[in-house]
Amino acid sequence: MSAPAVLPTLQPASPLAAPITTLTYVTLGIGLAVFALVTGLTFYFIWRYKHRGADGEPPQIFGNARDEIIWMGMAAGILVFLFVLTWITMNRIDPQAGQDGTPDLIVTGHQWFWEADYPRATNPAGMGVVSTASEIHIPTGRKLLLEVGSADVIHDFWVPQLARKMDAIPGQGNRLWIQADKPGTYLGACSEFCGAQHAWMRFKVIAQTPQDFQAWLARQAQQAAPPPPNQTDIEDGAGLFVRQGCGECHTLRGIGARGHASQGSVGPDLTHFASRGIIAGGVLDNTPENLRRWLKNPQAVKPGVRMPNYRLNDAQLRQLTAYLETLQ
Amino acid sequence: MTTAPVPVETASAPLSRPRNLTRWLSTTDHKDIGMMYLALGALFFLIGGVEVLIMRLQLARPGNTLLEATTYNEFFTLHGTTMIFLAVMPMLLGFSNYLLPLQIGAKDMAFPRLNAFGFWLTAFGGIVLYLSLLEGPPDAGWFAYAPLSERPFSSSLGTDFWAAALLMMGMGTTLTALNIIITTARYRAVGMGLWKMPLFSWMVFVNSFIIAFALPSLSAALIMLEVDRALGGRFFQGGGSPVLWQHYFWLFGHPEVYIMVLPAWGIISEVIPVFSRKPIFGYEFVAGSTVAIAVLSFAVYAHHMFAVGFARPVNLAFAASTMLIAIPTGIKVTNWVATLWKGSIRMTVPMMYAIAFIVQFTFGGITGVSFAVLPIDWQLTDSYYVVAHFHYVLMGGTLFALLSGLHFYFPKMTGRMLSEGFGKPAFWMITLGFNGVFLVQHALGMMGMPRRVYTYPDLPGWGALNMFSTVSAFVLGLGLVLTLINIVISWRIGRVAGDNPWQAWTLEWATTSPPPKGNFVRLPPIKSSRPLWDLAHPEDPDHQRPTRHDQQGKGHIRLEEKDHEQ
Repeated sequence: MSAPAVLPTLQPASPLAAPITTLTYVTLGIGLAVFALVTGLTFYFIWRYKHRGADGEPPQIFGNARDEIIWMGMAAGILVFLFVLTWITMNRIDPQAGQDGTPDLIVTGHQWFWEADYPRATNPAGMGVVSTASEIHIPTGRKLLLEVGSADVIHDFWVPQLARKMDAIPGQGNRLWIQADKPGTYLGACSEFCGAQHAWMRFKVIAQTPQDFQAWLARQAQQAAPPPPNQTDIEDGAGLFVRQGCGECHTLRGIGARGHASQGSVGPDLTHFASRGIIAGGVLDNTPENLRRWLKNPQAVKPGVRMPNYRLNDAQLRQLTAYLETLQ
Repeated sequence: MTTAPVPVETASAPLSRPRNLTRWLSTTDHKDIGMMYLALGALFFLIGGVEVLIMRLQLARPGNTLLEATTYNEFFTLHGTTMIFLAVMPMLLGFSNYLLPLQIGAKDMAFPRLNAFGFWLTAFGGIVLYLSLLEGPPDAGWFAYAPLSERPFSSSLGTDFWAAALLMMGMGTTLTALNIIITTARYRAVGMGLWKMPLFSWMVFVNSFIIAFALPSLSAALIMLEVDRALGGRFFQGGGSPVLWQHYFWLFGHPEVYIMVLPAWGIISEVIPVFSRKPIFGYEFVAGSTVAIAVLSFAVYAHHMFAVGFARPVNLAFAASTMLIAIPTGIKVTNWVATLWKGSIRMTVPMMYAIAFIVQFTFGGITGVSFAVLPIDWQLTDSYYVVAHFHYVLMGGTLFALLSGLHFYFPKMTGRMLSEGFGKPAFWMITLGFNGVFLVQHALGMMGMPRRVYTYPDLPGWGALNMFSTVSAFVLGLGLVLTLINIVISWRIGRVAGDNPWQAWTLEWATTSPPPKGNFVRLPPIKSSRPLWDLAHPEDPDHQRPTRHDQQGKGHIRLEEKDHEQ
């Protein structure tokens, strides 16, 4: 996995983000030139015309319509140039996505995690089922149509290196294109203030070669493996998951838990939980130790999170962690 | 437009000013009300400043735990609301109230008691906003985007207090704006045509129209939000449109930006000519561009919504209008700079703030254009780049103009000069501190830091830049405290100012410092936009200057310019 870019908005990794970087440099250049001119003249005039104790008033100059029209025209010229560049760039990075047709990927913002569904992926029963959280996998080298929605409030989908940003609005499916040139991990974050844990609504886009992506997708389409026999902790953990009512909010295909909300689930789909690198919207890396900490008291790790504190005892924590860690 | 005659002699005793609390509470004199607005603004600026220093402490390093997430969100909601509605707007209304009647040679505002009512509505709005602390402060941001601001997601009464406070303050501001419009239209001194009004009055006059047209949109939205929250309505939730709130809000919210900067520009347009010893370059263009800005300010509002998924033509139209508004704004900047040309520049503290204003406001304006270049907005909106941009405009621009105006008009208001010995170090602390806080935030935005986050992961460079920003914020704060000390000390023992300590040329300097009730004992004849110049230079009055530009394109110049050329 590649290290995250330091200046992601200026280090694009996609033909959909690169033109924005170019445009940023052009605008920055023009802007700095204008700024240098205004500031330069200001300081030059101050230095040149600083009061030096001479008596009397300086020449009283009231203005000059011709000069005004000249610099208005110059400003207008610069702006027309920028407008044309803007238009061209918009057409390149954001070709109008048709509102019909199945998107490759549906991303839904929740307070506070990102759910990614793959409507074109099917399980052996022929149903689109692949759903992941906080980590979005995409194949490289292909332009994907992505639909962004929200299950609650307005969020904003932002992966600086791969695409434009787009608001996720309840009741409205916004569409945008996304593409990654080469395999790697690209950081994303919710950019619209969405409540208590807006800061921890981060995610990663993991771009894989098409073969790796297909393999990942096929594995994700499987149901959760049943707990291996003779491993009491894991078996007890599976039982605990059902008894504690985790399935009220979380889907876990294979043990009959289906989160109840209409649009996606309330909590992330956990069917392949252990295959993810981060949990809790990016607060923690997915390690058994962190998972135990999270399950012990989610509110302590991420205050305000929708997952309540179930006050599990140490044995229960061990069992649940052991079970969830098997969900590859 | 007709001008009502104003008596030039007043019989009332000078300095019949309120001396005790009861009189402050009952005063209707525009100067008292102006100073009360300024005091109210300063008080809330202090509160908003303390809030933001605590926020900056929380952000000083990654993963900090000084503030809880919800507390931080309450802090930035209060900070934004306080600074916009209770600090900057009252301070600007304070200057407007104080100066407008003086600049146009009127005795008072058209409706003095309505004027007082407007102030008290604003003050009570502030009290209502902070009473929310008893019930849980608002936490949905000053922009209160639905559905986050709706009952299911913001269940405390904080947002209801917030809406009630904004309704009250909005009413107060609207009434004041109507008062200003009528005062300007009807109570200008004999001889003062619209095109002879000082630029500050010009901009405040035009600004009042923006207020009168923009604030109803906010009031309507607030009432709809309350219908949703309190009565289970469905304007913005449950089948209603969350985006509709943004339309209403920004149809107010963008003009609001100009509501805040126009009076600030007015102050700059007064200060720069006085300390350059020249008339403003292109008076008609500086004044006229204000009207263009007023109209366009409504036509650009949706540029706050480039990421909500509009169709291409809508996005392009608002990109174009946003670029267009850069032209009248640019006219103002170029004319301020051109006013320095061939001047006799005196770098007093008010002038230093005005120069810093030009530099910083230009910078903020240019980053504003970068948002009109729409794909850049698709990358950087709602990131720290935006935080940097609008603080450059509203703080680097507006606040610096206010500080310039404060140092400029303090002698008029109090009869005493502010100390330059305190003023200059304070200026440098404020300027260096301000740029230290916000310059690096452009970079943070480009590094992918979203705004309104209470904490952030430990990514390369993030901690260091945020720490730099936080340290600078305290330098800025210290400079402001020094300014406050300067005000308190100078008010008591400052050098006595006299009527016209800066040798300025507009009417407010033609009366005593502070002015008496009724403002003027005798008005000078008003034949140009610089009546005091005409008075001081009977051999070369403005109204006898040629009305057409000379053939060489060198502008209107006085005949003896050649004698002064170096």
